[in-house]
Amino acid sequence: MTKRKNIKEYDRDFLLKLLKEMLLIRRFEELTGKMYRKRKIGGFCHLYIGQEATCVGTIATLDLSTDYVMTAYRDHGHAISCGMHPNSLMAELYGKATGCVGGKGGSMHFFDKEKHMLGGHGIVGAHLPLAAGFAFKINYNKETGVVLVYFGDGAIHQGAFHETLNMAKIWNLPIIFICENNLYGMGTAHSRVSSVTDFSVMANSYGMPGKKIDGMDVLNVYEETMEYVKLAKEEKTPSFMEIRTYRYQGHSMSDPAKYREKDELQEYKNKDSIEVLKSEMIENKLLTEDEYAAMDKECKEVSQQSVEFAENSDEPPLSALYEDILL
Amino acid sequence: MAEITFREALRQAMDEEMARDESVLLMGEEVAEYNGAYKVSQGLWEKYGDRRVVDTPITEEGFTGIGIGAAMAGLRPIVEWMTFNFSIQALDQVLNSAAKMLYMSGGQFNIPMVFRGPNGPAEWLGAQHSQALQSYFAHIPGLKVVVPSTVYDAKGLLKSSIRDNNPVIFMEGELMYGWKGEVPEEEYVIPLGVADIKNEGTDVTLVVHGKPYRIAMEAVKVLEDQGISAEVVDLRTIRPLDEDAIYESVRKTNRCVVIDESWPFASVGSHIAWLVSKNCFDDLDAEVELISSEDVPMPYNHTLELHAQPSVEKIVDAVKRVMYLD
Repeated sequence: MTKRKNIKEYDRDFLLKLLKEMLLIRRFEELTGKMYRKRKIGGFCHLYIGQEATCVGTIATLDLSTDYVMTAYRDHGHAISCGMHPNSLMAELYGKATGCVGGKGGSMHFFDKEKHMLGGHGIVGAHLPLAAGFAFKINYNKETGVVLVYFGDGAIHQGAFHETLNMAKIWNLPIIFICENNLYGMGTAHSRVSSVTDFSVMANSYGMPGKKIDGMDVLNVYEETMEYVKLAKEEKTPSFMEIRTYRYQGHSMSDPAKYREKDELQEYKNKDSIEVLKSEMIENKLLTEDEYAAMDKECKEVSQQSVEFAENSDEPPLSALYEDILL
Repeated sequence: MAEITFREALRQAMDEEMARDESVLLMGEEVAEYNGAYKVSQGLWEKYGDRRVVDTPITEEGFTGIGIGAAMAGLRPIVEWMTFNFSIQALDQVLNSAAKMLYMSGGQFNIPMVFRGPNGPAEWLGAQHSQALQSYFAHIPGLKVVVPSTVYDAKGLLKSSIRDNNPVIFMEGELMYGWKGEVPEEEYVIPLGVADIKNEGTDVTLVVHGKPYRIAMEAVKVLEDQGISAEVVDLRTIRPLDEDAIYESVRKTNRCVVIDESWPFASVGSHIAWLVSKNCFDDLDAEVELISSEDVPMPYNHTLELHAQPSVEKIVDAVKRVMYLD
């Protein structure tokens, strides 16, 4: 059951944008993992590899002059999809002054106020009400935007999730709650800790539309999201989407992911979102292998340049320690 | 000058600021149609409507977080907690979202909002509804913490708090809402971070904030009758703390009694006592005394609960100790 149209009905430039964005995230994250292993990056670092179609397909529905994105700590992909430059992201991972938040946040706290990327939050589920606050502002100021807020399957049992869905419904907030279900909350399979395995029923219990969708096909993600974006913008109806996806690596850099079967990983890799779109475009003569190779080369170069930028950037001065505590 | 109650002063402050700035709104449990659990917001919903006076479900983490998000987005919410006892449900949002957002976002997102409600021991409410929690909030960098002690101060400080561009914790006292005091007819604001000398004296400094101000002033009278002149430094704001005002007074009187209705362990009072001991060491003629609540949960029994809190007698005794008169 897919809402996506035949690939030939999409504008080629749009398809190329989706493909390139997913590829850039993939290459950026691969390099991030490499630099982490070289100890250039520290702390908790959660890679997005495997889940690219989710942020790319959902954020492609937005007009970021009026709409907003807020996510949890696996935030690198969303930041790129919101148009944040890889240089400012890699520099942040390095903790440098040129990072998107000046080296104060690291991997989990990417923010860009101008691009309506609202973070980057580290307490599981606690950012959901914050995102609803932006939707509240949209209504308060009689604006037309929508807020997309992302969280993992681990967050869905937090009180903040349930509290926020309830208020979003009673106040008609233009917000879409997006559960990126990569099947594991850290090392715990969602089926072991959830009373239901189809999370969309939780949305229904708050009287809002909910659905579970395939997150490995970026065009499917795009169409399914667009349906709810229209609901939010035109009817002020909040909604919930569970996007089934998969992270190819562990929860964070320190997790070897031994709790999963290799077959399961392979099953998802066989329907890898980048490969799926690339193959379909080539089959339909919307892309050549050479064009793809050039695109891939560019994404690798951009990622590599971000490392060089980060390497050559200054550390924040010690005086930054006491800056931005109070205005 | 007009005589009004503490709750009226707070209401006037909110009303005036809502009239002045359309981005100011009030949200919380029972604030709108019910006119507020303690009637602080009486009449505001009728005047400003659903858009700006918002009843919430009983869901402290949720509506506090929505308020913080709205502040990130540029509104200036006043979140009312029915009491600070329930604020602990929302402490994660205050600590990890509101207080850290400016820092964590590299200066991009400030949180211009007020969290307010009644704090501190009340009467016959037992352990969960009667406690002073300012030390929890005062511990956190990135917050301002305001604790008014008079009707006049309550209005002027709340107006400043609403206009402040940072997250401000504004702690009232459940037993203070009926207190009366004079406020000028014309508009006024009181800056945050500036202590006020509520009584000038020469023999001993009483450092106080919030509701115990009243018993401190009663103690001043008792001491006066015994020929002892006590100076009362009312902090008004405990974050940022007006350290200079405290030190200036202690350097004059050479004796200090800190009064705080929090528990004593790692409290606002114990921190101030340490600051005075450290920074006025050469000026002190006696050790610094701390009059706090007893280190126990609040009992229901009235005799016991009164015994658990600072009192006029405890303050007078402490003054006599630092003056070697006991």
